[in-house]
Amino acid sequence: MEENKSINIQELIELARGFRLDVLTMTSRYSAHLSSCLSAVEIMTALYFGGILRYRADDPKWPNRDRFILSKGHAAPIFYTVLAHAGYFDIARLAHFREIGDELHGHPIQDTLPGVEFTSGSLGQGLSFGIGHVLARFQNGQDYWTYVLMGDGECEAGQVWEAAMSAAHLKVNQLVAIVDHNKYQQTGPISREMSLAPFVDKWKSFGWHTEECNGHDIAEILAVNERVRRVKDQPVVLIAHTVKGKGISFVEADYSFHGRGLSPEQASKAREEILCHSVN
Amino acid sequence: MPLGQLAGLKPAKQLREYFGEAILEAATNNSKIVVLDGDLGNSTGASTVRKALPDRFYNIGIAESNMISISAGLAACGFIPFATSLSSFLLCNAFEQIRISVAIANLNVKLVGSHSGMTTNREGPSSMSIEDFALSLGLPTFTVLVPSDPVTMHRAVQASVEINGPVYIRSSREPMPYIYSEDDCHFQVGKANVVHEGNDVTIIACGLMVPVTLDAAVILEQEGIRARVLDMHTLRPLDQDAILTAARETAAIVTAEEHMITGGMGSAVSQVVAKNCPVPMRFIGIQDRYPRSGSLEELMKSMDMLPADVAAAARDLVLIKRNQARI
Repeated sequence: MEENKSINIQELIELARGFRLDVLTMTSRYSAHLSSCLSAVEIMTALYFGGILRYRADDPKWPNRDRFILSKGHAAPIFYTVLAHAGYFDIARLAHFREIGDELHGHPIQDTLPGVEFTSGSLGQGLSFGIGHVLARFQNGQDYWTYVLMGDGECEAGQVWEAAMSAAHLKVNQLVAIVDHNKYQQTGPISREMSLAPFVDKWKSFGWHTEECNGHDIAEILAVNERVRRVKDQPVVLIAHTVKGKGISFVEADYSFHGRGLSPEQASKAREEILCHSVN
Repeated sequence: MPLGQLAGLKPAKQLREYFGEAILEAATNNSKIVVLDGDLGNSTGASTVRKALPDRFYNIGIAESNMISISAGLAACGFIPFATSLSSFLLCNAFEQIRISVAIANLNVKLVGSHSGMTTNREGPSSMSIEDFALSLGLPTFTVLVPSDPVTMHRAVQASVEINGPVYIRSSREPMPYIYSEDDCHFQVGKANVVHEGNDVTIIACGLMVPVTLDAAVILEQEGIRARVLDMHTLRPLDQDAILTAARETAAIVTAEEHMITGGMGSAVSQVVAKNCPVPMRFIGIQDRYPRSGSLEELMKSMDMLPADVAAAARDLVLIKRNQARI
């Protein structure tokens, strides 16, 4: 954290609380993947507001920007929320999530909205796309970093491991795969449905530098990112241990909330919890 | 019998070799072109770039999905990636990635599939690419190019670089004879070429079926039937004007493609005809069943795709027209 003295962790925690409320509102209207957003709130806050990503919201295609690729596209609500608050577009547009006439699609579509680099919604593809950005950087002699946010269930897809294999082979670096490891996929616990174990060892054996952190502790995410930034000769996977539905007790306790929003009564109870309890 | 022999067409090397020449030429002239390979560069022709410009060639291995998504990432950064493999592996293995990362995102990725149609012949149907038109035409942002000879292969590759968007180019390992000469080929994307004049019936062909159809035109001519032959080298955007002119002027259309008769060029042409100027049609192609292993000629015979079969379909339509005229 030494290198991030200007970052006030408490402010980031409050920011994250506000993002949770935004996501709650967005997903309560037409339904969406609330719990998959809640596990990624601190990661996204750290990336965009903790000084990890270099970007210019008023120049979204700035060539030297760090790249953020949302591979778990069902986390669109937290992505849009963070982009709006970062200044990519008007916050009022969040109210039009999933509505015809605006570009806040159910799952992001590349270049339809400032800051959206990748078309997602079908899992397993973002890491390969990120490798494309790295190869382009090599060709152009640029220096940016590429971050890809993936789900853990997503890592069941074969393409993830094709990408992992090719990244090491092609000597890809300054590529960070963050896995939002919330331990659940749609139909149940990952350990029961399709175990990833030994998850860290798999990445290691594919030639990746591995790191782990508590994905809800912003200070820890920033600290681990400092270590990540010193890795220059390998792709990095950061396995962020998270809780699906984090911040709303009854959503945390019930994985069947994947893909559905809350009733008005549940939403108001959730709102109270988010306002009263801090996540960190 | 070699393709185009009846029509006296000049023999050529395998079409994939001209792709190898064309992509090397294009990449030499344009530093934004990169070539990605699914470990078949020596089969597709793409290895010319590997030898001459190794820094702009990536063998991604036998992992087409990964190759397409990496290509999309490169395109998003301003490069012009050519993703190459056998058509069937490219489009079938990576269709999901093509659809999402290339077609929906409308990215500047070029797909070049070799060994299209039934030309893997004795390898059997698993490596045949006989659904690739249906797949690529199902993606509305794609331009679909089907070269029929060495000259159009060169032109198609050049044209694809000038298009800012997804393109699929269908290549082949079959030696497809010269339909055109270098200085006598107007290749414009979306504009079919009349390669044989006639007003009794029109045969719209693409790819390998162009020389087959020119052979058929010779057979028909011996019977006094003048067939117009269109080389429909672009399946999207489809040349509606040429199709409608043919419908109006010849009132009979045969389509001929090395593809399943459902979902390919014939389907696309019939949609235009049915909507604007209905005329009787016949459809030459793979008869909605899977070919077996055999020589190309045997396979084409099994699907009624030889010159005599094309001629028979055209003759049928001419007879129908004549009977209608009598009524």
